[in-house]
Amino acid sequence: MNNKKVLITGASGGIGKSLCEKFIESNAIIICTSSDVEKLNNLKNLYGSDHHYYLLNFTDKNSISDSVKQISEDHDDIDSLINNAGTTSDNLFLRMKDEQWYDVIDINLNSNYYIIKGILPNMIKKKEGNIIGITSVVAFTGNAGQSNYSASKSAIIAMYKSIALEVARRNIRVNTIAPGFIKTSMTDELNDIQKDTIMEKIPMKKFGEPNDVANLALFLSSKSSSYITGQTFHINGGMFMV
Amino acid sequence: MSSTEEQVKKIVMDHLGIGEDKISLSSKFIDDLGADSLDTVELVMAFEEKFGIEIPDDAAETILTVQNAVDFIDNKK
Repeated sequence: MNNKKVLITGASGGIGKSLCEKFIESNAIIICTSSDVEKLNNLKNLYGSDHHYYLLNFTDKNSISDSVKQISEDHDDIDSLINNAGTTSDNLFLRMKDEQWYDVIDINLNSNYYIIKGILPNMIKKKEGNIIGITSVVAFTGNAGQSNYSASKSAIIAMYKSIALEVARRNIRVNTIAPGFIKTSMTDELNDIQKDTIMEKIPMKKFGEPNDVANLALFLSSKSSSYITGQTFHINGGMFMV
Repeated sequence: MSSTEEQVKKIVMDHLGIGEDKISLSSKFIDDLGADSLDTVELVMAFEEKFGIEIPDDAAETILTVQNAVDFIDNKK
């Protein structure tokens, strides 16, 4: 990935950080986005001025197109885009507030619309690039309490397949990664009983590490995967087999 | 400096890999020149870049022929 430019959204989260570190290790230049100023500054202190940092809040419709435009003007040579930003706001469907529904759809799904629309034209001009979306095993299995989250993650997959078809002839590859349970702050919120219940369903009897996801993202961004597009890759210790 | 028509034709010929004998002002990008819909998006991007103009989406959808492109660009200049 020598000096290749990689845009990573949600860079301050558990998987996001691991993605950043993996790509920096591989000599890429990363462009990080986060919705939190403080977390963004922490990343800046961590990774230094060779890399780039942007505040990007996907719930603010007024600013999002401009922010993405700014990124694409500053960096017209992005090789890989990794849409990793995501959130949860769990509730039983009948208890779900409108705000919970729309926030999760905005951050997990609509963010992909805005950011790909901003970054893809430059990839088309270069006739090269790749886009990776982070979806989830629950896009396939569903999950009680996560109708909003699972809907957003499932929608990404169909969206990416359609874009993959549109841009395949331009040598732009579009894939998704569907992690199962990965050790992050998102899964730390689960209590021990929930964790035990999940563990029972995982044949490998362990949660995944953020690094497992980052390794796959690196492979999908590299020339080693040059004939792979429109696919979803499951990384879940065997808890769900397609 | 060559005319808008010459420059537009050159962009279209380069992009679609066709010869000068195949292209005229009335050529339709999709029906006559074999472009697909994404080619037309790319052509609009190439016009924007070459002529330093912005072509909004609703205008882009009306640019179906070489003549349409030349007219739009000349009006913008």
